[in-house]
Amino acid sequence: MASLSKTENTAQITPKKLKVKRFVPLENPINTYLTDEKGIWAWLTTVDHKKIGLMYLGAVAFFFALAGFLAIALRTELWTPAKTFIEADTYNQLFTLHGAMMVFFVLVPSIPAALGNFILPMQLGAKDVAFPRLNLASFYIYAFGAIFTFLSLANNGFDTGWTFYTPYSSDTNSAGIIWVTLGVFILGFSSILTGTNFITTIHKLRAPGISWDRLPLNVWALYATSIIQVLATPVLAITILLLAMENILDIGIFDPALGGDPVLYQHFFWFYSHPAVYIMIVPGFGIISEVITTFSKKTIFGYWAIALSSLAIAFIGFLVWGHHMFTSGQSAVATTIFSFLTFLVGIPTGIKIFNWVATLYRGSISMKTPMLYVFIFIFLFSIGGFTGIMLGALSVDIHLHDTYYVVAHFHYVMMGGTLIALLAGLHYWWPKMTGKMYNEPLAKTAAIFIFIGFNVTFLPQFIMGAQGMPRRYYNYIDQFTPFHQTSTIGSYILAVGFLVILFYLVHSLIKGQKAGPNPWNSRGLEWQSNSPPDFHNFSHTPVVIHGPYDYHQPMEEFQLGLAVDHEYGDEQDKVAAEAHASSATETTEA
Amino acid sequence: MGRLFDFMLPENKSPLTADSTDLLFNFINETSLVIFLGVIFAMTYFAIRYRRKSEDDKTPLITHNNTLEITWSVIPLLLTFVVFGLGYSGWLNLKTVPNDAYEIQVTGFKWSWNINYENGAQTINEIHVPKGVPIKLVMTSSDVLHSFFVPEYRVKHDVIPNRYTYVWFQPEETGESQIFCTEYCGSSHSNMLAKVIVHEPEDFQTWLDENAGGPTGSPIEQGQQLVTLQGCQACHSVDGTEIIGPSFKGIWNRERKLADGNTIIIDENYIRESILYPGEKIAEGYQNVMSPYEGRINDEEITKIIEYLKTID
Repeated sequence: MASLSKTENTAQITPKKLKVKRFVPLENPINTYLTDEKGIWAWLTTVDHKKIGLMYLGAVAFFFALAGFLAIALRTELWTPAKTFIEADTYNQLFTLHGAMMVFFVLVPSIPAALGNFILPMQLGAKDVAFPRLNLASFYIYAFGAIFTFLSLANNGFDTGWTFYTPYSSDTNSAGIIWVTLGVFILGFSSILTGTNFITTIHKLRAPGISWDRLPLNVWALYATSIIQVLATPVLAITILLLAMENILDIGIFDPALGGDPVLYQHFFWFYSHPAVYIMIVPGFGIISEVITTFSKKTIFGYWAIALSSLAIAFIGFLVWGHHMFTSGQSAVATTIFSFLTFLVGIPTGIKIFNWVATLYRGSISMKTPMLYVFIFIFLFSIGGFTGIMLGALSVDIHLHDTYYVVAHFHYVMMGGTLIALLAGLHYWWPKMTGKMYNEPLAKTAAIFIFIGFNVTFLPQFIMGAQGMPRRYYNYIDQFTPFHQTSTIGSYILAVGFLVILFYLVHSLIKGQKAGPNPWNSRGLEWQSNSPPDFHNFSHTPVVIHGPYDYHQPMEEFQLGLAVDHEYGDEQDKVAAEAHASSATETTEA
Repeated sequence: MGRLFDFMLPENKSPLTADSTDLLFNFINETSLVIFLGVIFAMTYFAIRYRRKSEDDKTPLITHNNTLEITWSVIPLLLTFVVFGLGYSGWLNLKTVPNDAYEIQVTGFKWSWNINYENGAQTINEIHVPKGVPIKLVMTSSDVLHSFFVPEYRVKHDVIPNRYTYVWFQPEETGESQIFCTEYCGSSHSNMLAKVIVHEPEDFQTWLDENAGGPTGSPIEQGQQLVTLQGCQACHSVDGTEIIGPSFKGIWNRERKLADGNTIIIDENYIRESILYPGEKIAEGYQNVMSPYEGRINDEEITKIIEYLKTID
């Protein structure tokens, strides 16, 4: 209601409430964003958020396949101690490449840039993001950063681990390290620009009636993520610039031989890279909230608890970077404070899990593939969370730091969390994105393969890590052989799961059945459009009078809009729509 | 004793540093297991009990419940306070070296540990210590970051160039314990292994006395000991095996092709330069990965090493 007093002409409009029409999405749309402009050039120069999202999805899938292939090579090498089939130096380069690609090219852009780009404007009822050209620029900056990383491979490669710790990274006289850090530097701008774009979009492009308390939780999660991206990524850029200055100009910043301090580098690095962990996982939380409500046909339990805990994680997440450095020689006071704050960031995460489980209570639960992934997520991510508590405890972390326990922990969080959430989201929105349905039994089979393969791969790593097996080891002592071999077998099962997914998703594009606009009967705004949506997402300006999870309200009331035919019309229409939406809320609630 | 998750941990050979860690490890695991099973049980039960019977199922409107929200925020919060407190006190214990601790100097470098004792005795990749006495290791690195880790003592600390760091422990039984480097340091990171060797106090004293003053004997014998103590053999074999660097076998006065295409004769000056500034003349087919020994070795020692290298055929 507050918005009414803002504009002068509001007073004239309020009395003549506009009638809101019902728009039922088409079963068989003829014009879609896929048919709108065709050809490779149209794709490469598109400013359509949906196409850009799909291009990101393709790039992320490509890097995931590549980095996953490296992981299989690494696991195979670890079948026996010492050499199985590759040399130590190659192994060291491969694990570095695996980590750097997974973090910078897969996990960071995966959910926000790929799925987020596609879904966010649709969930807001907008035609596109706030700055469509900037959005395309972000994609090209990402691609450009990736090219630099490949250039580094042509220049001796790099073997520092994805953390680029000094002085190892500045002593190593490999040109590769300069290329890859430059690549990551460039990539950072893509992340910052996407974040800025999303924040603006969420503030300015919400359809009439989408007040902050009707914002889908996926949008809240992307909002929190964008804040971190915008605030943390510049620090990475500065750090990498300093590293490059040291490497090229021999200015002593981090290298003790030049009078620098290697621990300072670790502070700078983790000041970005810890919040980056939340850039990777918080968008996953958003997906889980969307899927769990749709497949329980029920309002989310604790909307505000989930929405605000994302923001809490974003803010506290900035204050815990030192927990990567308990053994580094940082000050004792800092270590104590970082440990304490680390536990605080665990609490909002726990709250989310409890709220999701509570949402299931008395729901109407359908175990379709996306929901199956949500259950897998809660299982795996909880283990990741609890082992995180373990690593936050000072004395225990001293023992576990830099062992396979840490490796297992972050794979449970990043792969069991982010990637499983990505799979949940991908299966959930696939019919919307492509208009096609995938083979459900095959999809469930793949999910089960991934669940089993994942646990067989990473559970043994907790044990061998606690036993003392250090990470980044090419060679290992004999007592760890059984754990390594189990883990390697698990990674093959995991790979089979992903191949099955690749198969049925491609198959669905060619021979998949038509999905229809809303196969899951979701109340989400993005589902009230055609599948695939048309170029402008909606043929009308959607009007929202209920929250996105109000399953107790009939579907008709989620299919409302103003008929203004692709344009917002003049400002008056917009204001009128808001006026109507606000008053409609009142009548509904009364 | 005999807690549920002890199976995950290695043997505890230094109770004074390991006991509190093990206790907390078990406490967190047990508490987590209870909560985890609760969550999984609730989730599975709901999925079965409330499975969809028809597409027209109606669900109740349950938006939130403040009592529940507060309960599941505050109880975990209190639990984490306990975990923080226990972790903090255990960590203080690890940081507080007993006053009567026996000091040993440790230098990490690519890819060995050099150990110095009070009476000039030196070892490489073996730390000899007496049983039942607190031991303090004063550690530094002469090249990149390393990290000193003994799983059986639950101690670990990064080893940093231009800075001293320390760990302490008190082994309560004789025998050997594995040492790992846990900060990635290059090609042979995973071979940067060492052992703590625990003696009865009187045996330790005997060992220490026998090795007092460092290398002994003729220059050639001293050179041989120095090659061992300086960790050269991590990368250079004496029997012709190719490891990371060229083998020492039969190199004296031979021709050597360099990476830049030149050829040199291996003489005193080339060996001296290669020890102090290894990046200057790289042998063909090898990487420039050796850290410079400038400041870590004196001319007298270099001369002895050269004398020894002349004799390896």
